[in-house]
Amino acid sequence: PLERKRFYQNVSISQGEGGFEINLDHRKLKTPQAKLFTVPSEALAIAVATEWDSQKDTIKFYTMHLTTLCNTALDNPTQRNKVQLICAAVKFLETDTICYRVEEPAALAELQKNEWDPIVAWAEDRYNVAIGSSTSISGPNIPASTKDTFISHLASYNMWALQGIEYVITQLKSLILSMGLIDRHITVEKAVLLSRLEEEYQIQRWGSVEWAHDYDLCELRARAAAGTLFVHLCSESSTVKHKLLQD
Amino acid sequence: MAALGSPLRTLRGLLRELRHASARAGRPYRDTPAYQHVLAAFRAHRVTSEKLCRAQQELHFQAATYLCLLRSVREHLALHHEYHGKGERSPDEVAGLVGFRLPQQPGGKG
Repeated sequence: PLERKRFYQNVSISQGEGGFEINLDHRKLKTPQAKLFTVPSEALAIAVATEWDSQKDTIKFYTMHLTTLCNTALDNPTQRNKVQLICAAVKFLETDTICYRVEEPAALAELQKNEWDPIVAWAEDRYNVAIGSSTSISGPNIPASTKDTFISHLASYNMWALQGIEYVITQLKSLILSMGLIDRHITVEKAVLLSRLEEEYQIQRWGSVEWAHDYDLCELRARAAAGTLFVHLCSESSTVKHKLLQD
Repeated sequence: MAALGSPLRTLRGLLRELRHASARAGRPYRDTPAYQHVLAAFRAHRVTSEKLCRAQQELHFQAATYLCLLRSVREHLALHHEYHGKGERSPDEVAGLVGFRLPQQPGGKG
């Protein structure tokens, strides 16, 4: 269901054996697969509780991105293990938005070069890899060593954080932009702008259609922000209950 | 490190968004766990000062990200409500569009 009436008065969090739980009145929140909703970080629990408490007459699930991410981490509906998640994430590099360039129109090609080259350069420097960019229809040629480096790096994240990383990559259509976010090199607003560079170019030329362009922009920002926050809150060793984050 | 601007501005924006969120629930926003957590975190790290410190920068980035989340969800919802939330028009409204009125049959249809 897309929406449901708000059936609870009070939202609170409590600490259970496995982590932090969300209480809707006296009921404990459960996942879609009926597991107990438990999160490893108090800050994350507070943010999830805030999502639930922000709902007015109806519960708009499509606005509750952190809750959705937690449900995915707990239920793992696609049944993927850590290795599969990492491979899915790194595979995106082959079609990474910021490596895939146009030749025409010249103005757009120039914009891509000016906006995307610095981010590619940052990633190459930060991770000591070769990435490059390409105007070929088959996309950039990513060396195996580059993929191995990213596979190694992502393996250092726990399962929850990886769900978040893969989510951000899928939303932004770019591994590099996602790493830029995770590494705090760029803000969410900037990452989304860079992800939507061609759209922004067209909008500047032809004008913006609020009910489509701004709508999509806000939604992408919300999802990218939720994913990034989720990754950071699940990675902080000081606040995280490691028992829950089975690798 | 990302260009984040002033931590004080981020904090103000974040508290404002939390106030909007609570207005929907009809609760004093200063009582909410989120508000108290955010304030406590900023106080503990004194992010409002100018000092460069990794923990402060990380907290500021997190706060800016959360602010972006709350703001974007609110804006998306507003756009959704304005453009996509109205559903279908009722038969009365449709008739009214072309200047007609539906017939009234007090005894129901024959």
